[in-house]
Amino acid sequence: MINKNDYKNVYVFAEQRGGVIQPVALELIGKARDLAGALGSKVVAMLAGYNVEHLIQPLFEYGADEVVVTDHIELKDYLTEQYAQSIYQIITAMRPDIVLFGATTIGRDLAPRLSARLATGLTADCTKLEISEDKQLMMTRPAFGGNLMATIMCTEHRPQMSTVRPGVMPKRDPEPGRTGSIVRFETKFDHSKIRVKLLEEVREEKNKVDITEAKILVSGGRGVGCKEGFAKLQELAEVLGAEVSASRAMVDAGIMPHDRQVGQTGKTVRPDLYLALGISGAIQHLAGMEESGYIVAVNKDKFAPIFNVSDIGIVGDVNKIVPLLAERLRKEMQK
Amino acid sequence: MNIVVCIKQVPDTTEIKINPVTGTLIRDGVPSIMNPDDKGGLEMALRLKDKYGANVTVITMGPPQADLILREAFAMGVDRAILLTDRKFAGADTLATSNALAGALRTLDWDIVITGRQAIDGDTAQVGPQIAEHLDVPQVSYVCDLEVEKSGKALRVTKETEEGVQILEAQMPCLLTVLASAVKPRYMSAPGIVEAYNKQVEIWGADHIDVDETKLGLKGSPTKVLKAFTKGLKVPGEVFEVDAEEAVGIIVSRLKEKFII
Repeated sequence: MINKNDYKNVYVFAEQRGGVIQPVALELIGKARDLAGALGSKVVAMLAGYNVEHLIQPLFEYGADEVVVTDHIELKDYLTEQYAQSIYQIITAMRPDIVLFGATTIGRDLAPRLSARLATGLTADCTKLEISEDKQLMMTRPAFGGNLMATIMCTEHRPQMSTVRPGVMPKRDPEPGRTGSIVRFETKFDHSKIRVKLLEEVREEKNKVDITEAKILVSGGRGVGCKEGFAKLQELAEVLGAEVSASRAMVDAGIMPHDRQVGQTGKTVRPDLYLALGISGAIQHLAGMEESGYIVAVNKDKFAPIFNVSDIGIVGDVNKIVPLLAERLRKEMQK
Repeated sequence: MNIVVCIKQVPDTTEIKINPVTGTLIRDGVPSIMNPDDKGGLEMALRLKDKYGANVTVITMGPPQADLILREAFAMGVDRAILLTDRKFAGADTLATSNALAGALRTLDWDIVITGRQAIDGDTAQVGPQIAEHLDVPQVSYVCDLEVEKSGKALRVTKETEEGVQILEAQMPCLLTVLASAVKPRYMSAPGIVEAYNKQVEIWGADHIDVDETKLGLKGSPTKVLKAFTKGLKVPGEVFEVDAEEAVGIIVSRLKEKFII
């Protein structure tokens, strides 16, 4: 049996790619501040990479009290084993109470590998993290495709670990000049275990936008139906300074790229305004957008489930309403 | 080459609905299916079999009814099917599940283990990487394509990331987690369906596998569900059935009221 009192502080895996800190890392540091506040402990960021010195200061400014940095050429690109060795060695040396990872393709590859190596629990895609009366982590996440929420605890093992999707936790405002302590950690690599090599990376840079960062989303579904329909949505988005997103049906049909997909298998978004156009509102879609600030839905079917979460709903044809709305808003904006 | 594919029977979550009055899940009549990412993984294994020749085994952990997806796998063309079923496996979280599957895999010969990226009932994507760790083999997750290198000792794997794709070289033995969108699964063949019911599904309990029993089921699960609940219903906003002109007027005035524009 472990002694839980030996495990202290809230750690965040400060995910970076090519020397760029990922927004989810800053969001998690913000959440870690709340948790550390409730526990009376510190927020520690674990930064692994190569030539990442310049990323330390922003981690302090977003709320880290301490940054543990391990900087090595082996960590230049993310590879499971190299990163697992680094973070495993940091965790076993420093004994965190809680460790948070972004639920990205990196975090969702690394965290389960570590949970097995550490023989501790891991809860995926948490939407809510709180501290219980007896100072343990309560992790709430959707299950059954977003139909059910479950609150999960890891009471007898440490650290308590969870992943959180990008865009779910709000970032704190940075405090310029805020500093903290830096711990330099040297990973001892076991090369015999390194059996995967990165041969090539192909980036798709075209029109790359992060819909989780958008303040306004103009989102289309089956009712929009085709590329021409989405061109109209794009015009509306331009008037509003918004981004265009889509439901799974439109992504599966190849009309919109996967990085624009909202929902359980796409992205979780919380814009100030979400326009759901021709989206019926399958539970998997609702799970990805129902926390939006204000939801306007337009759908032909007055029984569409999207109207259960919308602030205003219009029963009508999106293909008629969208161009009219774009024109009217253009006039409004010029006033 | 020997390939083992781990598959799971799941409720088709796209068919689950919420009772709008009570806010509870309606599970009646929800069909059980082979998890889509797992089916993608199975298809990838069968393509390797078609191309290079391989022995493909499927394994699932679940209740006796999970036999159905193993029959489906037979009809798609697998050579061997194993059902891990035992009360000792019940109540397992991802770590305990991965320990049970790893325990079974220790008793089998394989060069590649394939799992789906994630299951649609839990969406955790954790069991694959956890199995790989228990078995001390490398993993590549989010795989959308692969081929065997000329040496026959390594795989050239295409992995999907947020930015595009990575091409990785993974030494065998290794574990891959596969995306449903990567390949279109084949249909069951008619003779395959007939044969599927003549073939033998092997049924294994906890004593068949190579793992410490304290690592299984509820006992072996570090995470526990404190409570499960439906989100509760939001009070729906007003819905208007008006013509397009009027609709636009309503939207614009509301957005102004809320200071959004």
